[in-house]
Amino acid sequence: MKQGERTSKTAENDISIVLCGGAGLGIQTVEQLLTRMLKLSGYYVFATKEYMSRVRGGSNSTQIRVSDKPVQAPVQRIDVLIPLDKDAISHLDHRIDDKTIIIGDKDRLKTDRKVINISYLEMAKEIGNAIYANTIAVGLLLGLLEGDIKEGKKYLKGYFTQKKKEEFIPDNIRALEKGFQEAARLVKEKYINSDKFLHMKKSKEIKDDLLMNGAESVGLGALAGGCNFISSYPMSPSTGVLVFLSQHAHDFDMISEQAEDEIAAINMAIGAWYSGARAMVTTSGGGLALMTEGISLAGILESPMVIHLAQRPGPATGLPTRTEQGDLQLALYAGHGEFPRIILAPGKIEDAYQLTQKAFYWADKYQIPVFILTDQYTMDTYYNIKQLDVPKGKIERFITETDANYKRYHLKTDIGVSPRGIPDNGKGLVRVDSDEHDENGLITEDMDTRNKMMEKRMDKMILIKEEAYIPELIGPEAYRILCIGWGSTYHVIKEALDRLDLPDVALLHFKQVYPVAEESIKFLKKAEQIISIENNYTGQFGRLLETSTGIDIGTKILKYNGLPFYADELAEEINETIFGKGDKK
Amino acid sequence: MTAIKSFEQEQVKTAWCPGCGNFMILKALQQALKELSLKPQQVVIVSGIGQAAKTPQYLNVHMFNGLHGRALPPATAIKACNPELTVIAEGGDGDMYGEGGNHFLHTIRRNPNITHLVHNNMVYGLTKGQASPTSQFGFKTPVQTSGVISEPINPLSLAISMDASFVSRVFCGDIEKTVEIIKKAIQHPGYALVDIFQPCVTFNKVNTFKWFKENTYNLEDHDPHDRNQALTRAMEKEKLPLGIFYQNEDKKPFEQLLSVHQDKKTPFIFRELNKKKLKELLTSKKS
Repeated sequence: MKQGERTSKTAENDISIVLCGGAGLGIQTVEQLLTRMLKLSGYYVFATKEYMSRVRGGSNSTQIRVSDKPVQAPVQRIDVLIPLDKDAISHLDHRIDDKTIIIGDKDRLKTDRKVINISYLEMAKEIGNAIYANTIAVGLLLGLLEGDIKEGKKYLKGYFTQKKKEEFIPDNIRALEKGFQEAARLVKEKYINSDKFLHMKKSKEIKDDLLMNGAESVGLGALAGGCNFISSYPMSPSTGVLVFLSQHAHDFDMISEQAEDEIAAINMAIGAWYSGARAMVTTSGGGLALMTEGISLAGILESPMVIHLAQRPGPATGLPTRTEQGDLQLALYAGHGEFPRIILAPGKIEDAYQLTQKAFYWADKYQIPVFILTDQYTMDTYYNIKQLDVPKGKIERFITETDANYKRYHLKTDIGVSPRGIPDNGKGLVRVDSDEHDENGLITEDMDTRNKMMEKRMDKMILIKEEAYIPELIGPEAYRILCIGWGSTYHVIKEALDRLDLPDVALLHFKQVYPVAEESIKFLKKAEQIISIENNYTGQFGRLLETSTGIDIGTKILKYNGLPFYADELAEEINETIFGKGDKK
Repeated sequence: MTAIKSFEQEQVKTAWCPGCGNFMILKALQQALKELSLKPQQVVIVSGIGQAAKTPQYLNVHMFNGLHGRALPPATAIKACNPELTVIAEGGDGDMYGEGGNHFLHTIRRNPNITHLVHNNMVYGLTKGQASPTSQFGFKTPVQTSGVISEPINPLSLAISMDASFVSRVFCGDIEKTVEIIKKAIQHPGYALVDIFQPCVTFNKVNTFKWFKENTYNLEDHDPHDRNQALTRAMEKEKLPLGIFYQNEDKKPFEQLLSVHQDKKTPFIFRELNKKKLKELLTSKKS
């Protein structure tokens, strides 16, 4: 095999569709309708989006991958492009090749590239209104992918019924059918060569899979973890979690409060924990910067706290709607003084659900701040997942009923943690203090007490480390080269390695990035070469691993332009890194 | 084991200077809580940082001594998660009007049923004598060496302009009146501001005990439900009025408006996850 050649020979198992156009043209609706209809038809779907920080105009795109095998990562390749305006083609120019089929309204696109002409607008007007153009596009794609039109119609009915817009159902169904028939015409009249088009098997079991994005998964995980208080200040890309929980607040006895700023948000949430709630905040880097003093407060109060940090590229305002893994260091060091913490970083949609529950459990158990570190990519990405379980049994609360002699910071504890009382739950008084304090929670400058309190707080780290998640090894056990990933890159690195199919290269993925489990060392020691793959400039996790394990991470593959890795692009980069061709970063 | 019955702590060693107005405020607060027949276990005092914010350290109550300027957000949340509690946010003028100024505005908007006690001595004590947001124009300090050149904040007119539901000012030298107004503030169903004039015997040689006596008077023949009149009185500068300036009982408190307290009043620790609804919500993600 020649170096770098293998990836281009890989037969693709999926069709990659990209929809692109200005904000406000309805890409979101097309994405929503099409992915659901395809999943209900019995296909695996994957969708992610990249968008500009504006409400109207610009160029936003959504990638939908469809397959009869699970697809869970983005690719650079575009098989079918649906441009909705003329800027769309220039926006995606570098990703379009000879094989890309462009379907659109020729007159409006004004491009030299070969376009299969479809006059959506004209067709929509025939039905009665230009607004049906998007549904025609959905029907067209459903047709090209040999989807199930019956499922499509059923979904459409439900979609408009739920929105209480039943009057739009008949015309939308006509639009869907029209698009579907148009696909058949394109094949029949040989505009599209169906022999070259992937024909995928449909599976009935897939119909019961769930489709949800990372924001929903974090939100559902919070609910399952007993969260009943969220206070936050809107900030992309973290707002989806606030919106999701607010919409379900009533059903789940939850208080959702939009705070005046992130400082108020985290201080409220700590107050809520003190008063018996399970509280969280959701924010992005700039918001977390404001919350740091509150994180430190949770540290000394020994208050549980759950912080969802959806990363976007900084510094400062940076690229507000884009993705990066650039705030690991921020989460690691946020807050003055020394105190224990845990940082979790979901790699799969399912992880976001499980880890958010775990965050509440650990926060309550150890009385510490726990971070859930995601990013814009995770928030806005979804693919088929199996049904998620409702937690069994009662949620463990780690709260004690106080007696008259209750001391909030009791130094003699069997479990290494002073039992946490709640005001009005017992005969005692619950005093918590941001000053160094004695066992009663009252201010002190007694140095001996200071030492004991510091040791009691910091010793929790020993217990926390014992419970830490062991990183997951994907690929051959007898690896020579080990790729390191954390958080949202799980599937993209996995697919890149699948594409390369090298017998001695494996992925070690961390969903807990701090503290790192002791067992990590033995995985690293076995490798001859370690490649850290991160969506940031400096390789923050690689350096954290080096300091935690003392093992040198030799090589890095980094991306920091605001976009996630693409599996095909990453496969080439890994190949070049291993075989020494091309420039390394 | 002896049950906690009194608000008074035994053997208190305070961090305050002899003659500090804080002693009078502590005494007035103890008295008010006692006269309202509250139990220590029902009362949470949330404070920030500063000499005033140390007050709950010297009381038998639940205490949340948080960050400088940040008493109001946790106080709001504590009350929202357990409306059965009597919640008081307490601190100084720098804490509440300076560092925490934004929370002051937004807490008024929310109108939680909490009492906001602000010890106002027009100077910074704990950091040793710099200007506070309420220091008078021209007030000289080691930092403001030529005198303060910013206008002082007027917390009362600010609060009234925002339709805060209870706005008052007292002078701690008049203990009887201070107790009376703190009691009314606690009983008021909504956000209640008590701005408390106090002398700082160490760092403020201008606004002394004598100065407050000479430059204040009690509001009489004033209708606290007349907002325009309240605003006019609050803006008086020559002599500073004391008493209840404004009260609006028509506003519903924050926690009462929250949907979580509509059907039941159970404090949050006794609430359980609705697993049936979670199952339904998860299943809804099939399409």
